[in-house]
Amino acid sequence: MATTTALPPTATFRVWRGEGAQAGFQDYTTPISDGMVVLDAVHGIQADQAHDLACRWNCKAGKCGSCSAEIDGKPRLMCMTRLNQLDLTKPVTVEPMRAFPHVRDLVTDVSWNYRVKQRIQKFTPRSPDAPDGTWRMQQADIDRVQEFRKCIECFLCQDTCHVLRDHMKHEEFIGPRFLTYVAALEMHPLDTADRTAELKQADGIGYCNITKCCTTVCPEGIHITDNAIIPLKERVADRFYDPLKALVRLVRGTPAK
Amino acid sequence: MAHAPLPIAPRGFGETMRTDAWWIQPLVVFLLLSTFIVYSTWAAFQNAHYAWGPYLSPFYSPELFGDSPHSWFGPKPGWWPAILPFSPALLILWAPGGFRFTCYYYRGAYYKAFWADPISCAVGEPRTSYRGEHSLPLILQNVHRFFLYIALVFLVFLSHDVWKAMWFTDAAGNVSFGIGVGTLVLATNTLLLGSYTLGCHSFRHMVGGILDRISERPLRKAAYDCSSCLNRVHMRFAWASLISVGFADLYVRLVSMGIWTDWRIL
Repeated sequence: MATTTALPPTATFRVWRGEGAQAGFQDYTTPISDGMVVLDAVHGIQADQAHDLACRWNCKAGKCGSCSAEIDGKPRLMCMTRLNQLDLTKPVTVEPMRAFPHVRDLVTDVSWNYRVKQRIQKFTPRSPDAPDGTWRMQQADIDRVQEFRKCIECFLCQDTCHVLRDHMKHEEFIGPRFLTYVAALEMHPLDTADRTAELKQADGIGYCNITKCCTTVCPEGIHITDNAIIPLKERVADRFYDPLKALVRLVRGTPAK
Repeated sequence: MAHAPLPIAPRGFGETMRTDAWWIQPLVVFLLLSTFIVYSTWAAFQNAHYAWGPYLSPFYSPELFGDSPHSWFGPKPGWWPAILPFSPALLILWAPGGFRFTCYYYRGAYYKAFWADPISCAVGEPRTSYRGEHSLPLILQNVHRFFLYIALVFLVFLSHDVWKAMWFTDAAGNVSFGIGVGTLVLATNTLLLGSYTLGCHSFRHMVGGILDRISERPLRKAAYDCSSCLNRVHMRFAWASLISVGFADLYVRLVSMGIWTDWRIL
């Protein structure tokens, strides 16, 4: 990756245009300047050359998760990818995410993610700790969960996950974003629900083969694989693949959770 | 969950718009792991030059049966089938081998490097079918925790080997304390193996990860924090310990063969 600070006056962007079978790359050369990000360049192209170029964006600060795309083949936020991080001697490719149905140009339909989220068992807190209906938690217990709550739902992790991207297991696998969401609920000190069976069956956690691509692309730096998915895999192993634990549960007569 | 067909078709094997050298990492993993597998298999079948003085190669520790003074139960047992090759390493190497084979880090690394599933992130794959670890045979990777239990016991044996590597016997039969380069090699190897094992994801889960209210168990929280600290650099310890264990065997082997001289520091 080039790290030059002095940018050339113009750069060429190879942008995915169109919809359906007619879609393809189209080159645009646009003026650039220091401090610009890819989203600025796309907006420049939109303003000067391609008024109908469709792209989704909102905050321009890496917090809304709207402008997810693939820049030079890597899933990234357009608003957080500075031009001085890219090799501008060649056209910079800008494509929509490939794991979701394409709508037009740089826009994909990510609504599948919202449907997945709806069917995950909701937060189920224990009875309040105090008469005023509040709970007491220790920071040490909530630290782990707070990391997962940094997620901005940009779905870059879903996009780069080969189970969804290449094998299209959308029916059987909920993807790293929602495994992280389940981890945030399942590890919450107040939560009483048990999602372990759901993880194994409906959520398809076994499809994850731990390639850590999701962790690599996360703009929030969440350790998705190490801190969310693998701990959940271990909980599934506790329940379903550990005969010693099953024996202990049997002898003690304790429930699975 | 209805899902419309993707208008943008998945890419073919090796196809990507990535402009970086994405192939270097899987290639390096492939070469390093292949080299280690070839060397360790060769070394395991040698049944010779695995011990010198107080040193014992980690590939042969614990030496349950064998011809060196480190052997627990004497030479090769009579019941060993004559048609099978014998080596003390063959009796025990399945345990650390299984631990590494089922390690979460190595799984991700060799799925990429050896099976191209995927060969690298956002790079096209060679196959359309995929079962992952959801069904046989890879669902058996869940056995990892049992290899962990054995690996923890092996750490005790290897630590004992380091202790024994500090006691040298002279020509007159007198035993005295000393430290040779080999002692440091074995100690470094055990330290790296320990850091790798205690940072294992299964270990981290076992000591505290399973608890949602860990603050109520301060000892387990301390263990969890320590393991998490090692877990953050688990990949580095995985490689460092792999190289160190191979080098420790090579060191003992070459000293035993007289090719290298073991320098005494103390």
